[in-house]
Amino acid sequence: MTSLQQSPSGLPMIQFRRVTKTYDGGRPAVDELTMDIDRGKITVLVGPSGCGKTTSLRMINRMVEPTSGTILLDGQDVSRQKAADLRRSMGYVMQSSGLMPHRSVIDNIATVPRLNGVKKDEARRRAQELLDVVGLAPDLGRRYPGQLSGGQQQRVGVARALAADPPVLLMDEPFSAVDPVVRAELQEELLRLQRDLAKTIVFVTHDIDEATILGDKVAVFAVGGRLAQFAAPEEILRAPVDDFVAGFVGRDRGFRHLSFQEGNHITIHPVETIEEDRLADPTVSVRSPWTLLVDADGRPHGWVPQATRGSITKQAEAVPGGSLYTRGDTLRRALDAALSSPSGLGVTVDDEGRALGVVRAAEVFDLIESARLDRGRADHNTAV
Amino acid sequence: MDYSSNNLFVQMGEWLSDPVNWSGPRGIPMRILEHLGYVGLTMLIAMAIAIPLGMFVGHTGRGRVLIVSGLGILRALPTLGMVFLFALLFSRGVLPSVWALVLLAVPPVLSGVYAGISSVNRTVVDAARSMGLTEWQILLRVEVPNGLQVMIGGVRAGILQVVATATVVAYAKADGLGVFLVEGTQINDNGRLFGGAVVIAVLAVAVDGLMALIQKFAIPAGLRATRPGAGSLKESGRQEAVASAQGGTT
Repeated sequence: MTSLQQSPSGLPMIQFRRVTKTYDGGRPAVDELTMDIDRGKITVLVGPSGCGKTTSLRMINRMVEPTSGTILLDGQDVSRQKAADLRRSMGYVMQSSGLMPHRSVIDNIATVPRLNGVKKDEARRRAQELLDVVGLAPDLGRRYPGQLSGGQQQRVGVARALAADPPVLLMDEPFSAVDPVVRAELQEELLRLQRDLAKTIVFVTHDIDEATILGDKVAVFAVGGRLAQFAAPEEILRAPVDDFVAGFVGRDRGFRHLSFQEGNHITIHPVETIEEDRLADPTVSVRSPWTLLVDADGRPHGWVPQATRGSITKQAEAVPGGSLYTRGDTLRRALDAALSSPSGLGVTVDDEGRALGVVRAAEVFDLIESARLDRGRADHNTAV
Repeated sequence: MDYSSNNLFVQMGEWLSDPVNWSGPRGIPMRILEHLGYVGLTMLIAMAIAIPLGMFVGHTGRGRVLIVSGLGILRALPTLGMVFLFALLFSRGVLPSVWALVLLAVPPVLSGVYAGISSVNRTVVDAARSMGLTEWQILLRVEVPNGLQVMIGGVRAGILQVVATATVVAYAKADGLGVFLVEGTQINDNGRLFGGAVVIAVLAVAVDGLMALIQKFAIPAGLRATRPGAGSLKESGRQEAVASAQGGTT
């Protein structure tokens, strides 16, 4: 590990140099791949099935040997290192957790430190800490993998990969076998972990949404193992390099791209509110066409239209609201709040969930348009 | 021996209950010990051959076709015929019988070990390799613990067959429970013949019961402790593997 500290941090952590993998003389699974993977960043390999993304990942830790070309880890040719040692220096998380069913959760997490000669008590103590890091209750450690839910197993898989504190994490579709709600949780957890740990993460997925959420950089692979585009996710969505990438990132890419535009400059308009406990009092009238119903803490709970004010006396009778926009979040969230609101007014809240005011869809569009003009000037010298 | 009746079952009962038959170097307990001795020797040799071979084939997947067809041929060999063949080819005494029994015991043990190792979830093996376990560590720390139940099933099937068939030793040397069968036939003593057969059958059932108990405790705690519903598919797959390792050989 000492070589890692000595090396200049400018050197990419992993370098693919004209790497080709051909199985049994067929068409290449990976074709002349040259790519640098940045230190301390999340690099996502994405593409349709059969595009060689998993093969590329597995060549990094020599689970697959390239037919030709070189892969450098921190400047060192991986093929010159002992496969088992190389693999122990990287965390590996796979689609199905791959936990050893006959060992307790704690002992599963402690596997690699034990292989590296860490004492049993020490390895277990560290494993117990990692349970907390990945958001699992401490008493789950004594259980066996078969007693955990799919999402919990994936968390244990992540903890196991982190156990030896490796500088590199390889993740092969780690969240694709869990349901969408759990997947979103796990993605957020990974980003939270990464803020603290700053590992070099190589992440394989077939889901372009996941790729753009997680990736600092995204590598889009085309069928036949060709690297079609390698760029920041924002750029992949905004400027796909060819028809294949454009087709792969899909119809909603314009909308998804809004996820990368900050909403700091958006105007928040005041909104008339009515408190819950005053609803029942018919003498309290409303002046605006749409009045926001809030509770004692100022949190929004739906809308009161002026025309039906008389018939709304309880919270349950109010018109349900749309999605909430947290101040400072992306333009995509702001637009969604406005479009999903029955009043056309996107309710904006602060970090504690208290209503601050509303945003209007038309003004979000203005911001989107002016951002586009700025980019047009910068990228193409065209301000229209 | 004089019996009080011509009835086969009465003769059998009288032979079994005669204290003379339960003592001395020619008594039933001594014969049982001799019999178990041959079973033990046979199983030691068979396991020394079949366990490493089964582990190699199960772990690497190499030589699978050869093993499957080879086992088919071995199973078709008549044990008694092999005893005489070995006796004619090599030597007199008990060794030809033991080698013939080894040929009988190798197929179930080998297929059980092979099935046990290869029944372990390949994803778990792949994950273990990705983490940096060496091939030996994968075999000993992942595949053997998880495949142990099926592997013991193979040994169990082998022992059952050898206990029942080790009677052939008596053709070469007056040893083991087969003696009662040979003598019973030669002197036309039906009580001895069928009584001996009953002792062999009871011994076989007892040994098999003991093995069943060992097999039950060979399941790692983690595999017993699955959530209701979770992993039930995997579990039924294991049961099938257990069944085929045992049923395929009997």
